[in-house]
Amino acid sequence: MTGDGRSVSSAPDSPTMVRVLDRPRPIKAPSSPGDKVFHGVLNAGGFLVLVLTGLIAFFLVLKAAGVLHQIGWRFLTNFGWILSENNIGVGAVLIDGTIIAVIALAIAIPVALALAIFISEYAPAGLRRVMIALLDLMAAIPSILYGLWGFFFLMPRVIGIGRWISDHLGFVPFLKVPYTTFIPGQFENSTLLAAAVVSLMIIPIVASISRQVFSQAPVNEREAAYALGSTRWGMIRTVVLPYGRGGAIGAAMLGFGRAMGETVVIAIIISPVFTVVTRIPQSGGNSIAALIANFASESSPEMLSALIAAGLVLFVLTLIVNALAGIIVARSRSGLQDTD
Amino acid sequence: MSATTSSRHPEDALGHPAEVDVSPGAADRAVRAQPRMIRLRGVSAEDVLVPAAAAVAALALVWYPYENVLPFSGALGFWVCWYIAFLVLYCAVTALRAGRRAMVDRGVAAATATAGIFALAVILEQVGYVALRGWAAVKHLNFFTQTMVAAGPLQPLTVGGIVHALVGSLEQLGLATAFSVPLGITAALFLAEIGGPRAQPVRVIVTAMTALPEIVAGLFIYTMVIITLGLHACGFAASLALTVMMLPIVTRGAEVILRLVPNNLREASYALGANHARTTWYVVLPTARAGLTTVSILGMARAVGETAPLLFTAGFTNEMNANPFSGPQSGLPILIWDFIRKNPTQTMIERGFGAGLALMVMVLVLFSAARLLGGKAPGEMTRRQRRRLARDAALAPARAERPPAEQGAPWQGAGL
Repeated sequence: MTGDGRSVSSAPDSPTMVRVLDRPRPIKAPSSPGDKVFHGVLNAGGFLVLVLTGLIAFFLVLKAAGVLHQIGWRFLTNFGWILSENNIGVGAVLIDGTIIAVIALAIAIPVALALAIFISEYAPAGLRRVMIALLDLMAAIPSILYGLWGFFFLMPRVIGIGRWISDHLGFVPFLKVPYTTFIPGQFENSTLLAAAVVSLMIIPIVASISRQVFSQAPVNEREAAYALGSTRWGMIRTVVLPYGRGGAIGAAMLGFGRAMGETVVIAIIISPVFTVVTRIPQSGGNSIAALIANFASESSPEMLSALIAAGLVLFVLTLIVNALAGIIVARSRSGLQDTD
Repeated sequence: MSATTSSRHPEDALGHPAEVDVSPGAADRAVRAQPRMIRLRGVSAEDVLVPAAAAVAALALVWYPYENVLPFSGALGFWVCWYIAFLVLYCAVTALRAGRRAMVDRGVAAATATAGIFALAVILEQVGYVALRGWAAVKHLNFFTQTMVAAGPLQPLTVGGIVHALVGSLEQLGLATAFSVPLGITAALFLAEIGGPRAQPVRVIVTAMTALPEIVAGLFIYTMVIITLGLHACGFAASLALTVMMLPIVTRGAEVILRLVPNNLREASYALGANHARTTWYVVLPTARAGLTTVSILGMARAVGETAPLLFTAGFTNEMNANPFSGPQSGLPILIWDFIRKNPTQTMIERGFGAGLALMVMVLVLFSAARLLGGKAPGEMTRRQRRRLARDAALAPARAERPPAEQGAPWQGAGL
């Protein structure tokens, strides 16, 4: 447009022509009434998600207000869960849940990244489609079935491993369990077992986001690495991984948010305690979500208010972690393919 | 580097300097020879035999020391030890034959492939274990025709069933889908069609909400619908909680799909005089139909297995309740939760696994349906369309210009 205008205005043999402005004509497209309605509907749809998030916060605050007013900020630091003594809070539970999430993430990240690299770099095209579908399926397996599997299948089989870890890796802090061979169940229902099962559930999330980011590493940079004599791993290390770093970090944070909010698996596997877990292979542990699920059938209004307050803490925490993760993924050099 | 080494992976060329043809007259021979096809992804005998030999050697190495020298026991530990021995041997052999860089490369390839096998094993393990344990209950037909009214924890498996929970799950899922799919697609249209700076916070919030803790969705509907609005626990409340879970998943997946609709289709529609609404209705949505179907069904597959949203909202009953708007209504996940926790006798656990098998089958059916109904990206053609295009292209080469197809199907994995 601009080019055309310039050529016309500078043409010497057109004296009668008025001077043509050297900028594009502003385009005014009046919205038809149909479009106005349509845009209104779409804006409402987008706004609805924000409203929904706001409503969740509003109603949780509303119903948690009773307990929060009574306990105050000590709700975040109290270790007990005894309503009658005013000793109620998520201090220990929050720490225990974070421990589970951190261990789960420590197990999940290497596996998920290896999986993402395998799918985006090593797998042939046919296998790649199958593996992507398998990741989706892995994410769609109901959490209660992971819980059943962890409780009935995995638990009897990891007792020996827990004992071995305590015996041989006991010099590492948090791994020593002073057990006696006469009491059964000391290595069942442990934080370690719950974290292992949760890690299986966050692997598909971390892997599928990382895979999307890795597969977008620019082809010309890959070829440049090959042309310089790089091996395939050399190419991955110098091109794909730096390119996908932001996306992978965001994916790991989303996985952490998921692990913090994981409910059923932890509630089924772990035997709840209200102290800070210091021995990971030992029986006992907790998380906010599991605590809420365990008390779900509790009917007293005060207890429900306390549970809702715990849910509010969990909601705020995961929303912050997940939003940060989303921003990191979007801001990274790569970003997901659906962001601008 | 001659073509001799290029018949393998290109990166292997470094590791095989001895194979370069440097004999006198090699250049002449190379010129006279026909240009040989260079296969970049060929598999040589060595590529197969070295890992196989390493696997066998690792087995032989671990066989005796395990259980006898090492302080381990159990099949799982054996295979872990075997795998470590395999990796070490494989890397060592590669290092001897091809050098250190090739060793690192092959080692990483083997390790990442293991992660793939691991994921496959987890899925097979989950499906297989639930199927194995669930069969005891599922093989009795009454499991799918009766409710649990007459069956207690001590009754044998020939009495009682889960039909009430099946009905409840299907109704709750249907309602949740009816709520969340239209809303989710509308929100996705907002993100994709209007976009701009206003869409960015919505996008961040949607991403964050895809990882919303399940239990919070249940608590939210409990506080809003049951405490504040005074509704009793029922299937409708449960479906609202499932909607809260499904909405962000559908929104996010649908946005990815809508962004793949080629812009020139929209422009063509505008050029014909259609407004935005008509363009969206007649061009964008039909083009993305397959992908949107996939996203919706994947969202359903995720929602049907959710347990925690139902804990506060659905209530629990052993009776058949086909009306989701009044009275407690059990769903399959909540039934399993109840069976294995309240009174975990042997028969109740077996019933729980039977219900788990039913749930798994529902998820697998939904999942397969998603793949069958919408295997294609917007604009990606069926085989017949591609053949027709190729035929036309033979007649008029200029018409064969197509943008390269997207790598993989991009919505896959979008359902967080």
